[in-house]
Amino acid sequence: MKPIKGFSLKKVRAESAFKRTLVIMALVMIVIAAGIFLTLLVQSLPSIKALGGHYLSGKTWDPVSDIYGALPFLLGTLLTSFLALLISIPFSYAIAIYLGEYNPKGWLSGFLKNIVELVAAVPSVIYGFWALVVLVPMVRAIETKVGAAPYGVGILTASLVLAIMIIPYAASLGRELIRLVPSSLKEGAYSLGATRYEVLKNVTLPYTKSGLFAGLLLSLGRALGETMAVTMVIGNTNILPTSIFSPSNTMASVIANEFTEADRTVYLSALIELGLVLFLVTVVINLVGRMIIKRFTNE
Amino acid sequence: MNSKHVTVRRTIYGCFSVLAFSLMACNSGDNSTPGQMAEKTGDANTLLGAGSTFVYPLFSKQFSEYNKETGLKINYQSIGSGGGILQLTNKTVDFGDSDAPLNEEQTQKMGVPVLHIPMCSGAVVLSYNLPEVKDTLKLTPQVLAGVFSGKIKTWNDPQIASLNSGVSLPATPIVVAHRSDGSGTTNIFTTYLSKVSPEWNTSPGKGSSINWPIGLGGKGNEGVAGLIKQTPGAIGYIELAYAVQNKMAFAKIQNKSGNFITPTVASTSAAGNIQLPADAKVSLTNTDAAEGYPISGFTWALIYQEQGYNSRSQDRATKLAKLLWWNIHEGQKFCEPLHYAPLSPAAVTVAENILKSATFNGKPILQ
Repeated sequence: MKPIKGFSLKKVRAESAFKRTLVIMALVMIVIAAGIFLTLLVQSLPSIKALGGHYLSGKTWDPVSDIYGALPFLLGTLLTSFLALLISIPFSYAIAIYLGEYNPKGWLSGFLKNIVELVAAVPSVIYGFWALVVLVPMVRAIETKVGAAPYGVGILTASLVLAIMIIPYAASLGRELIRLVPSSLKEGAYSLGATRYEVLKNVTLPYTKSGLFAGLLLSLGRALGETMAVTMVIGNTNILPTSIFSPSNTMASVIANEFTEADRTVYLSALIELGLVLFLVTVVINLVGRMIIKRFTNE
Repeated sequence: MNSKHVTVRRTIYGCFSVLAFSLMACNSGDNSTPGQMAEKTGDANTLLGAGSTFVYPLFSKQFSEYNKETGLKINYQSIGSGGGILQLTNKTVDFGDSDAPLNEEQTQKMGVPVLHIPMCSGAVVLSYNLPEVKDTLKLTPQVLAGVFSGKIKTWNDPQIASLNSGVSLPATPIVVAHRSDGSGTTNIFTTYLSKVSPEWNTSPGKGSSINWPIGLGGKGNEGVAGLIKQTPGAIGYIELAYAVQNKMAFAKIQNKSGNFITPTVASTSAAGNIQLPADAKVSLTNTDAAEGYPISGFTWALIYQEQGYNSRSQDRATKLAKLLWWNIHEGQKFCEPLHYAPLSPAAVTVAENILKSATFNGKPILQ
């Protein structure tokens, strides 16, 4: 019996070592997140001290005279992200419903699913390039028709390219969730004489709504942080936008643009504080989203 | 159950110590033991440099030629002038390169004298998109300041038309394109505008990124060039080399002597043929030279005047000085094919004297 006992002790040890590894790996994520937050906070202290609350309300970003106001960029980020989300919703939900409910099997479904996933895998600089060459002239044509300044670049162009980039996130998650709806529920509804649309409206969507919302959050998170594609088509202007055709700027693209040549402590620190604000905006939006999901689920 | 708690607690403590370490690491970034990296990463036969992206194509060519001649390897990273200055401050590179002289804060952080050795100069040209205009436009400093501050709004403005008699200018609105990323090119252009227009000097002023009153921003020369090419009526500033390679139209600019000068390698070199200060820390914009193109500037290699720091070997210091000496003499012939302006004879003499002032433990390196 002895060898077996020793063997089992080894097994127990291995088991607990494995568990410990898992816990450590999971905690490392917390450490990294906290580390990023603290680093951002520490590095942006010079700017917080110099500018205080004016940083968030200020409309001027003037590195020459060391005046930093992040409001135009904060607005630019929120405007482009939410506009992109609005544009993407019909597409991502339509794809999710079609692939999850109407055509879950077959070559067309598989092909479509792969294409949607491919769209998520394309590097953002390629989207930026495509937007610059294709979208910008199209938006310029629209601007000429409606009588806006024909820049071609601006909030609308950036939102359009962002919308295309974030469709796969909500679409893929939505498709998976819709397919997970128990068939007994749907069959029950069908047996009561419901049409396909009625089943979708009264069974599938209510059952999956918190998950569908989570997909939107995922998309929004991606839109908030996107840098390269946006920088290429937003116009990079530090002036408060007046319409959706106005050129603007986002926090991520300002950081990417100005970081390499930020040659003074306060300037560098102001850019890092921009990163901190972006970090906090993402956290707040996620928390609010989570609360909404909770309310949905409790109903 | 109890042991499980202990494990979890231990792991949490472990994680916190990792966190503490990572924080310490990020704080020590600025005062890490100087010179360590240069000595460690580079063997004795490799010099490290970092800085300006503008000069990178020239340096690549020069350093590869120098490597063929002497066998010395030079690893230059084009991370931007600001980054190069930071690396030199931290003493992680042997030399930096910047398109602007050190500012007050940077000089203060260095603590010891840093030599600015001019390597070559480059021109910034005003490119425009007016398909119907076939002749080269002429522009004056006043018009440029007016256009970039938004006071001159259309191409057929009398101020532009009077300079270009015989050219039929369209009523197209002017769209200003500028760099969105911090850049030495912006610094040269805005320094020029500040010199020629007192209003511009007050606001927005000069720098590698400024608060542009109007216009669209593009990332890099290619970003600005893209905006100009796509937008009818656009005008923007880009490097001469980029404009020439992409066959873009650019304007003749009136210089201080009143001549309208086409930007070329020759007219850019001519801009540097003036009485330079002994430390070469001068902006060539709005040059006094009669044939000089007015919007140009040096790029400077930066080295510590006293090379005997952090147990560097004299051999390393000598190699560095000899490399830079070669750059301002034999290396100059690689400038023109790449559309950089070689140093004028006057500038070479000044650069020689600066390089000769470099010392190792108080003794001159080059005789």
